[in-house]
Amino acid sequence: MTGRAKTGFTSSIAAVTGGGLASLLRTRTIVALALLLLGLVAGIQLARPGTVNALWISNMVLFAAPLGIVAAGQTLIMLTGGIDLSVASVATASAYLMATHSGLGVAPAIVYGLGAGFVVGLINGTGIALLRVQPLVMTLGTGLMTEGILVVYSQKKMADAPRVPQFIETIGAGKFLGGVPNDLIVWLPIAILLIFVLRRTGYGRLLYAIGDNSEACSLAGIRVWRVLLVNYVTCGLLAAAAGLIIVGGTNSAELRLAEVYLLPSVAAAIIGGTSIFGGRGGYSGTIIGALILTVLNSILTLLDVPESIRQILYGAIILLLAAAYTRLTG
Amino acid sequence: MKGPDASGMRLLERLRRALRRDPSLFFMPALLIASLAITLAIHPQFSDFDLQSLAMGALPLAFAAAAQTVVVISGGLDLSIGSAMAVANVLAARTMEKASFEQSLPLAVAVLIAGAAIGALNGLIVVLSRIPDVVATLTSGFIWGGVALIILEKPGGGAPPDFLNLGTGTLFTPWMPNALVLLVVAVGAIWIPLRRSKLALQLYAVGSDRVAAFRSGVNIGRTRFAAYVFSGLFSAVGGLGLTMTTGIGAPLAGVYYTLSGLAAVVVGGVSLAGGRGGMLGPVMAAFVLTLIPTDLIFLNIDPNFGQVILGTLIVVIVMIGGFVDMGRNRK
Amino acid sequence: MSDSALLLEVRDVAKRFDSVVALKAASLKVRPGEVHGLMGANGAGKSTLVKIITGVFPADSGQISVKGVARSFRSPAEARRAGIVSVYQDPALVPDLTIAQNMRLAGASLDAVRKWLAELGVAGLDFNLLVRDLPGPALRLIDLARALAWEPAVLLLDEITASLPADLSEQIYAMVKQWRERGNAVIFISHRMAEVSALCDRATVLRDGVTAGVTERAHGSEERIVALMLGAETARAVASVPSTRAPRQRSSDAQAALEVRRLGRSPLVNEVSFKLYSGEVLGVAALEGQGQDELFDCIAGSRRYDEGAIFAHGKELRLRHPADAIAAGIVLVPANRLLALLQQRPILENIALPAFGGIRNWGPIRIRAERTRVESAIERLQIDTRAGSELSRLSGGNQQKVVVARWLASGFDTLLCFDPTRGIDIGTKRQIYALVREIAAAGSAVLLFTSELAEIALACDRAIVLFGGRVVAEMPVSEADEAALLRAAHGLAPLGQASS
Repeated sequence: MTGRAKTGFTSSIAAVTGGGLASLLRTRTIVALALLLLGLVAGIQLARPGTVNALWISNMVLFAAPLGIVAAGQTLIMLTGGIDLSVASVATASAYLMATHSGLGVAPAIVYGLGAGFVVGLINGTGIALLRVQPLVMTLGTGLMTEGILVVYSQKKMADAPRVPQFIETIGAGKFLGGVPNDLIVWLPIAILLIFVLRRTGYGRLLYAIGDNSEACSLAGIRVWRVLLVNYVTCGLLAAAAGLIIVGGTNSAELRLAEVYLLPSVAAAIIGGTSIFGGRGGYSGTIIGALILTVLNSILTLLDVPESIRQILYGAIILLLAAAYTRLTG
Repeated sequence: MKGPDASGMRLLERLRRALRRDPSLFFMPALLIASLAITLAIHPQFSDFDLQSLAMGALPLAFAAAAQTVVVISGGLDLSIGSAMAVANVLAARTMEKASFEQSLPLAVAVLIAGAAIGALNGLIVVLSRIPDVVATLTSGFIWGGVALIILEKPGGGAPPDFLNLGTGTLFTPWMPNALVLLVVAVGAIWIPLRRSKLALQLYAVGSDRVAAFRSGVNIGRTRFAAYVFSGLFSAVGGLGLTMTTGIGAPLAGVYYTLSGLAAVVVGGVSLAGGRGGMLGPVMAAFVLTLIPTDLIFLNIDPNFGQVILGTLIVVIVMIGGFVDMGRNRK
Repeated sequence: MSDSALLLEVRDVAKRFDSVVALKAASLKVRPGEVHGLMGANGAGKSTLVKIITGVFPADSGQISVKGVARSFRSPAEARRAGIVSVYQDPALVPDLTIAQNMRLAGASLDAVRKWLAELGVAGLDFNLLVRDLPGPALRLIDLARALAWEPAVLLLDEITASLPADLSEQIYAMVKQWRERGNAVIFISHRMAEVSALCDRATVLRDGVTAGVTERAHGSEERIVALMLGAETARAVASVPSTRAPRQRSSDAQAALEVRRLGRSPLVNEVSFKLYSGEVLGVAALEGQGQDELFDCIAGSRRYDEGAIFAHGKELRLRHPADAIAAGIVLVPANRLLALLQQRPILENIALPAFGGIRNWGPIRIRAERTRVESAIERLQIDTRAGSELSRLSGGNQQKVVVARWLASGFDTLLCFDPTRGIDIGTKRQIYALVREIAAAGSAVLLFTSELAEIALACDRAIVLFGGRVVAEMPVSEADEAALLRAAHGLAPLGQASS
């Protein structure tokens, strides 16, 4: 390839005409994913004409937002080559803590919820960044720990039942201007901020650099542990924020509330082109990944596909995409 | 470089060396005895029935730990064990529901084969796709979970009473639970021949140092594949154990065993870096981990504290491990 | 001798790793009943050739024949079945298995191994010991005994004596001779000229991945071997670098930019002391494994040292992380580019990386200022960016320049350059050395290790020679010709007249 001669536009044209989806996926990940998303939407409209309308789209965004926010944290972690298996427990804990402290007022209750994310994130970060524990094992342990503490706590708190404040419910389930979901108010700033941080700040650069080669970062004078510590705390906070939105949507703080978000959070990032080895990807891909999963879910619900087939399809899609990305990027 | 020692000295020397090589050989029995002693202290009326429920409770967990141990020794990780157990569990409960005891035994063998096949598929995915084992098995576990749901949507099914008795009854005396016998026989029947084979050497070698193993003529891919097959096999035995001890099939019972099985491996002294540790530690750790909620109940404490302790135990152990490694690297 | 009578013939084997060319056209003919020396400077491709012959990785092109039959092995096990066995530089023994288990793993007979160990002077070794617990020399001998137990027709020994005490080396010489007497062949790789000339019948010399020549009689051909190792190319490179150097005047009380005082890190670095002044390029010459890697790592802050002290401009440094060294103005360009670079990230991010070390700099990036800074560094180094903005598409030489550009963009005081020209084409080499001179001329200090001894004279003002982790010689550049350095680096006393 002559490199300079080919502009981005011509090379993406060449990808479409020449190498098909595989090379498009490599050169213009976001474009390929957006096409995939549109294809899914078109598929729904063809299968069940009339399904796709303003209400449906607004519902898709409403449902995608909590996943998008959990996956935001997961993306940050995966960019550094790690994985966080505690996000679901953190989201649940945050929702539950918030709901049981709602008597104190909305703001303190939210602080309690986010506090759970901060503490678990800090523990994860300490183990992984300072003591170099494998992220998987560490977050597995803290996830179990959080879940267990929550169960014990819930039984102590039997007396004052958790109550979801009106404000949280409005955020998690309401809409304004005749159809814009309220949780977009939370998701949109997070998305914009994250995309900016990843593209245009030193912190973002470091995340990619550490995921690519943390040894090289160390040699270049970067104290990798600081970045990782901050990153795991951030991920914990994002998961906690997502938990608040989730509980606002369901309006009941259950003990296994956010469990279903764990694998999809990893899946959204992988589908969006974030490498499982770190160093590649970004949040815009994850957003589309979250939307694809939500639409896929909606299709499967429409077609009345049982939970079992859903799981298998989910797993198969992630495996195939992960294998494809692994092959393409070497 | 040894002279003609007295045979007693030699035995001591061998013991000392074995302990140095795998400290959990000493540590785990001690921990198990200690936790049994604690149990007796807080619950002096510990009966044969308590022993039976302990053995029954530990049975599936011990197999989950055994399944994970084989893979971890080879330097990998298998996060699909719980789902594979669930598949075996519901497969057995579904097919055996109306079967006689005589029919149930070949069915059990078929379930074991299915388990090994699941492991083989996991192994193929990990070795051929080059996806990191963590992501590959996390996802394939999701798929096996779906398969379990297809086989049995809701908890149900069953097995002939004689078959269940293999896991719930006792042998000779009430103090000899079948679950314990089954565990010892099954783990022994798979692990002891494996441990003596060249394959075990290859598993340890690949986990310990892939380059040296390759240069010694070990086929790395084939060895890792074999580890997953054995993991699937042990998971299937665990699934059967689950059927025996609970009497039914439950498609969602699996998730718990992936995590707690890994906890037993960590507690049982198997290095997550691979190449070190044995089968005895994790299996004993399964008993210790089962005793924790039991003791909490005896102490009138919320048994859900068990999970807190489990999670904390994992975190503390791996953090101590990291701390020790850090000290070593600093030198 | 006809080709079919050869035990092993390697013809025009080439191998590259990504952008680094390890072998270009290596050829080797080994007859039965000979000890064949394989010589070459660091990075000449000896170890790569050994690994290709024994199937550790495949060759890109070229041919290997065993007893006249073309073969290509996919694994060491396959090569072993064809009678070719190597003892590699790092022992191929699994640390978490016992000796006996290791032997079983590789399919070697315990009795045979025990017998060969006895012949090597190690009797009564307890085979139930864990390999992890054994000292290095013992592992070497066990590895060798295992290789012998397979009764190979061709035995390859890669630097087997490098870390052995003299008495054990003697045992190995005797064994090699015995193996030759049986009509087998031994390929013997060593940096120790004395042992090669004493032991080998013939020798093949590799230079820059090409077979530079074969001496029919190793004994007495030392000068010829050295000449072959030197080659004409480096001589040309010497001639083509513009001499920008004027004799440097230095007042004796000037403060050193970098001073290393009695630095020790067991077991590889022992009481190393030297001073490096601003505006000076100090060369470090050493053969492989003489402690230079550890020395550079210690100064760069990526490895702890046990003893001694490091000073920058008279101030003692406490180095716990590379960031500490960088803060003191000491930066490292490591030999292995893969260690320093982000292969998946653009060139710009690679160059700008050190700018984000402090938490202060985690915020928004001033894109335009960054671009200006990076582009001026790229321009100064003439990095060929036509290949696109992805780092992995750059050639090895250009990648190396990116590492240097990184430090030019961020600024530094003392540059530690570890073998910056390994596997790099001659044109880029020339640019890099001209740049090193330029950096020194601009007032910075440069500590330069190069495995190509001829390049010391090319770029340095002064040179120290390491041997066994100690500084064994220090000489001004006027005396540091390749022959003198080579002698010192081999632990030999200098000749009366150190010019050739």
